[in-house]
Amino acid sequence: MTEQPKIHSIKRVIDEAKDARTFVFYGQLDSSPGQFVNVWIPGVDEKPYSISYQDDEKFAITCFAVGNFSKSFNGMKEGDKIGIRGPYGTRFTTSGIRNAVLVGGGCGTAPLAFLANELRKRKVNVDFIMGARSNEFLMYHERMVSAGVNVHIATDDGSAGFKGFSTELLDRLLAGKAKDADMIYACGPEIMMKKVIDIADRHGRRCELSLERYMKCGFGICGQCCVDNLGIRVCKEGPVMGKEIVKHIFEFNKYKRDSSGKKVPFYGSCN
Amino acid sequence: MDNYTDISTELCGMKLLNPTVLASGILGVSGSSLANVARNGAGAVTTKSIGIEQRKGHPGPVIITYDQGMVNAVGLSTSGIKESLAEIEYAKKHAGVPIIASVFASTVKEFGIVAKEISRSNPDLIEVNISCPNVEAEFGRPFGTDPKISADVTKIVKKNTRIPVIVKLSPNVGSIAQIAKAVVKAGADGITAINTAGPGMVISIETARPILSNKAGGVSGPAIKPIAVRCVYDIYAALKEMKKEDKIPIIGTGGVTYGNDAVEMFMAGASAVGIGTGVYIRGIDVFRKVSYEVKEFMGKENYGSIASMRGIAHD
Ligand SMILES: Cc1cc2nc3c(=O)[nH]c(=O)nc-3n(C[C@H](O)[C@H](O)[C@H](O)COP(=O)(O)O)c2cc1C
Ligand code: FES
Repeated sequence: MTEQPKIHSIKRVIDEAKDARTFVFYGQLDSSPGQFVNVWIPGVDEKPYSISYQDDEKFAITCFAVGNFSKSFNGMKEGDKIGIRGPYGTRFTTSGIRNAVLVGGGCGTAPLAFLANELRKRKVNVDFIMGARSNEFLMYHERMVSAGVNVHIATDDGSAGFKGFSTELLDRLLAGKAKDADMIYACGPEIMMKKVIDIADRHGRRCELSLERYMKCGFGICGQCCVDNLGIRVCKEGPVMGKEIVKHIFEFNKYKRDSSGKKVPFYGSCN
Repeated sequence: MDNYTDISTELCGMKLLNPTVLASGILGVSGSSLANVARNGAGAVTTKSIGIEQRKGHPGPVIITYDQGMVNAVGLSTSGIKESLAEIEYAKKHAGVPIIASVFASTVKEFGIVAKEISRSNPDLIEVNISCPNVEAEFGRPFGTDPKISADVTKIVKKNTRIPVIVKLSPNVGSIAQIAKAVVKAGADGITAINTAGPGMVISIETARPILSNKAGGVSGPAIKPIAVRCVYDIYAALKEMKKEDKIPIIGTGGVTYGNDAVEMFMAGASAVGIGTGVYIRGIDVFRKVSYEVKEFMGKENYGSIASMRGIAHD
């Protein structure tokens, strides 16, 4: 395989939520839920993005305007060209699951939306807890409902669904309606994922999480994404990891490394 | 195959259980990553090149591959000396193999400072990167293209540390033997050859633009192996001329992917081999694989030690 960006033109732009746009591309990416691609905007930079949708003829990436790169990405229009290389990384387990609970926080809902579609194709019961700051940041709601996903909403300000943490909803669901859940999947801020691990442990369920670290290559060479103290690579041994491994990642929910390799305290997800 | 074939080797008095060394710039950002590479079989590990001040490096893309190798222009990103000391200390404690600290600087004087500072973390060896091609615009021509400046850098580093010093050379010079002689005369305890070749360029034809943000980048991997083998050969010949070949080890680096590549390097004059791009081609356990393959070859061909193969391709 040659690790060079393949040029794609943007086929459709969907306003997903406040500050969030989904870019649709034609072509077969052959990725699995949880994997990511590196997006190159010529003359700007290159950054990793999870795949938020994929079918036989197209795939999509959702971009949240947070920094310089994502702002120029979000300014792109139908017909504009960008480079994409990948897919890279590990995938969520999708076989042998009957009842799944997904917990997504903020931009962490993107890879889970792709996963939810995939699980539904396999006739898995899916409860998807979406956490967001407020109503206007919620994404994929209709798409999930029409795929037959049970959507549960938690917002910080109560502007939609439950007012409070998505993890509180998880705890309740596992004790009640989702008591048969055999797998919990989570992606979002590490403080949220830490709570998800604790809850999964308490209820004795399997759990997979998707991590995010600064990446330069995406294929296991630069070492920029290695996590302490295991030294494993998030781009290669991750981004999806089982909770037993994540529990052994010392820096989890504490710090990450920036593009220089310097440790910086954790502020949240979305580069 | 004889399980007792000895594949250990020596670098400046340091014993390596096997002759594979993680090359600088690959997976060497943190101490825990270096320890992980050691768990995957490396006989020694080298940090990413460390500079005094924090640097972010170039915007992406910084590393791409093509069908024969890799092209990179990471741009010497470094967390700076203070953070790096902690990473080396961690690696020293947990890797269980010799730690080579790679350093770079923007002036001759600064090489002295970075050598002195890095020595506080007590690495087993210091590798002086005078050959990085990716920041020429900022740092002027690489130090490594001029024998006199290469010697000056070596001298100032030696003056500022008691740790053995290896100088890493660029293949992109008229005579690598001449540079090697200059740094050995200036006190280098070993040589790593080679850094990336070129620089090269890959253009995206659909966008009519070079892909790397730096446009050009250093070429590594199988494509450069014959160049690397020739460089090691020339350097060993130069050492023989100086009657120093027994004192000065060479870490043969560039395109080493399989055991046979390593054997070629030994026969050209290397005492150990650096592996970078091979991590991409064969996985992070490339060190274990290459060691095994070297052992297999030695058993088959009746070589009793790495030393017994060293330089035997010379007349
Ligand atoms: C991504 C990448 C980053 C590198 N960074 C450094 C570096 O910081 N310092 C250095 O001395 N060499 C650096 N190199 C050069 C390698 O250490 C090595 O000399 C070169 O890649 C040839 O070996 P290989 O073919 O096994 O990769 C880098 C190489 C690559 C591919
Ligand atoms: S991003 Fe380079 S090793 Fe993971």
